[in-house]
Amino acid sequence: MRHIISVLMENEPGALSRVVGLFSQRHYNIDSLTVAPTEDQSLSRLTLTTTGDEARIEQITKHLNKLIDVVRLVDLTEGAHIERELMLIKIKAVGSQRSEIKRTVDIFRGQVVDLSSTVFTVQLTGAGDKLDAFIAALGENVVLEVARTGVSGISRGEKTLSL
Amino acid sequence: MDQLSGGEMLIRALHDEGVEIIFGYPGGAVLHIYDALFQQDRVEHILVRHEQAATHAADGYARATGKAGVVLVTSGPGATNAVTGIATAYMDSIPMVVISGQVDSKMIGTDGFQETDMVGISRPIVKHSFMVRKPEDIPLVVKKAFHIAESGRPGPVVIDIPKDVTDPGITRPYKYPEDIKIRSYSVPTKGHSGQIKKAVDALLAAKRPMIYTGGGVIQGEGSEHLTELTKKLGFPITNTLMGLGAYPASDKQFLGMLGMHGTYEANMAMHHCDVLLCIGARFDDRVTNSDTSKFCPDATILHVDIDPAAISKTVTADVPIVGAVAPVLQEMIDLVSQPDKNVDKQALENWWAQIESWRQKECLKVVPSKEGIILPQEVIQAVHDITEGEAYVSSDVGQHQMFAAQYYGFDKPRRWINSGGLGTMGFGFPAAMGAQFGHPDAISVCVTGEGSFLMNQQEFATCMQYRLPIKIICLNNQALGMVKQWQDMQYGGRHSHSTYAESLPDFTKLAEAYGHVGIQIANKDELYPKLEEAFALKDKLVFVDVLVDPNEHVYPMAIKGGSMKDMVLSKTERT
Repeated sequence: MRHIISVLMENEPGALSRVVGLFSQRHYNIDSLTVAPTEDQSLSRLTLTTTGDEARIEQITKHLNKLIDVVRLVDLTEGAHIERELMLIKIKAVGSQRSEIKRTVDIFRGQVVDLSSTVFTVQLTGAGDKLDAFIAALGENVVLEVARTGVSGISRGEKTLSL
Repeated sequence: MDQLSGGEMLIRALHDEGVEIIFGYPGGAVLHIYDALFQQDRVEHILVRHEQAATHAADGYARATGKAGVVLVTSGPGATNAVTGIATAYMDSIPMVVISGQVDSKMIGTDGFQETDMVGISRPIVKHSFMVRKPEDIPLVVKKAFHIAESGRPGPVVIDIPKDVTDPGITRPYKYPEDIKIRSYSVPTKGHSGQIKKAVDALLAAKRPMIYTGGGVIQGEGSEHLTELTKKLGFPITNTLMGLGAYPASDKQFLGMLGMHGTYEANMAMHHCDVLLCIGARFDDRVTNSDTSKFCPDATILHVDIDPAAISKTVTADVPIVGAVAPVLQEMIDLVSQPDKNVDKQALENWWAQIESWRQKECLKVVPSKEGIILPQEVIQAVHDITEGEAYVSSDVGQHQMFAAQYYGFDKPRRWINSGGLGTMGFGFPAAMGAQFGHPDAISVCVTGEGSFLMNQQEFATCMQYRLPIKIICLNNQALGMVKQWQDMQYGGRHSHSTYAESLPDFTKLAEAYGHVGIQIANKDELYPKLEEAFALKDKLVFVDVLVDPNEHVYPMAIKGGSMKDMVLSKTERT
């Protein structure tokens, strides 16, 4: 099963490599990874998605917790949560295709953030499967380049991941 | 406040931390530190002859004393040579602080002379690591490093220090922090009382109980508690290779070591038990025999460990208890001491009768060979007799290690010093140096094989410099014995690159070349007299080269892919 794990860690050099190294060292996989400092400059928040059965996810969270740089973590998929990913995508758009593509972008509530005579650059936000669906709707032969941020997430309600 | 350079701060901080001895080897990036060392006499520095030996010596010191071992090496090759020793300590959870020099801060990343990314290289084999950026950070980093290395589940910590940070021309006010709190690091102490009660209830209801303990009991100073609890319950107990000495081997409740080369009775009792209390051990594949689905099929598993990640890693625990060994065991003792708490006496009697029948197999019985040929097991028994079981015994890795573990009979914790997790050949000799430095008046014995010994023989020089009277007992079978045994058993006797009889040195002359004493024992009649002669030379290092039967195998041996009850008992007998 797919899990989204958010980690608060010391915003220090080497902290990220310890987390990433742990995954390769212990044969865990990372499907996506996103990391940036938080409102507290001494902390970074890292969110990763991984897959595995319950025993594997338990080992992953235990080993992450053992890392000295890891301050706190949460498996967001254990409860109600919001999941978002940002995608920037370049789409070939010429002639009659242009209005068709614009309609598709509107249906998915994307925004055209740049354009030339032959290319639309579109920004789209949502859960990963929405981004996948958008690419599928366009068809492969018009997609020129895709830049996705990887999943970020936060729990619903009053629960927070903070110090 | 004193104004000190980074180099001076480092040495002062080590002293303030209570460090008396460090093992190291100088080089360019640590010259400022070595100059600071030279100008003080509070911290003793031991000059080894190879950085790997520095780490193993510090490791042996830590295992024998319980205090963190400290290593000082230079950048680049100094640091990479230390890596095997760091990995060895990591796998066995040994407290160690390794200080490595680094090129100047401004040179980092330029492929400078003797530059290597030590923090990166050591990352998977350390509990934590630090790169020091400013001299004023040194006291806090040292304090944190020792706290992390020694607390919780111990482990090695690397401190990488660029040369400019120790520059004698830059001084800063020095103050050693008294206390330390790391917001992301907390150490479990007491276990959960509800869980402990649940575990005790399971133990008291058991029909066929078994206690299985590992290195964690020794690290957690829980041996006395373990002995008290085990005696109170009257249950059988086994120790892992790492846990030998936590419970007295000479006691009748002790079934011997378990696992791949464990005793028949220990492995049978494990397989057939209905409640298993595991303390400070990790269900390693050398214990469970790889296929955990066949492990202890009828047992309710109670697992006590200070590291939550060790619990349910390979074998799922029915009652997990995260906590330090000693307080958890104390709580268990208090519970079983209550007047209404009784074990099932009748069931236990039946269980012991079953165990005694397994014991009658005498799986470790030594059948003397003819014509004066010395069996390796007999050597260990003789060493035990002569040292009265009181020695600190280190070993290398291979057949001799298993013979020492099976036949020395450790009655006290910290006496058995071996590389269990990583299985590092070359560990034993420098580790014996560390144990001797930790206990100058004790007998420090290194049981080794000629293969392992050749991996760190250069430490003969260190032992001469510091007059270390180590007794090296080399079980010389003129082959890489354990490799050869596997080749005999699984590869049709094809001894691929495991023999080298024609090129072995004369070990007695080698020892003498360094100014030590060398004794060779080739005939069984000489075994006791010559060993006694060796141990009588109290202030000398003696290398005892014992020519043993080259065809001897280590038994019992687990059958690959089987359960714990499946063992090869001799060249002709299986379970």
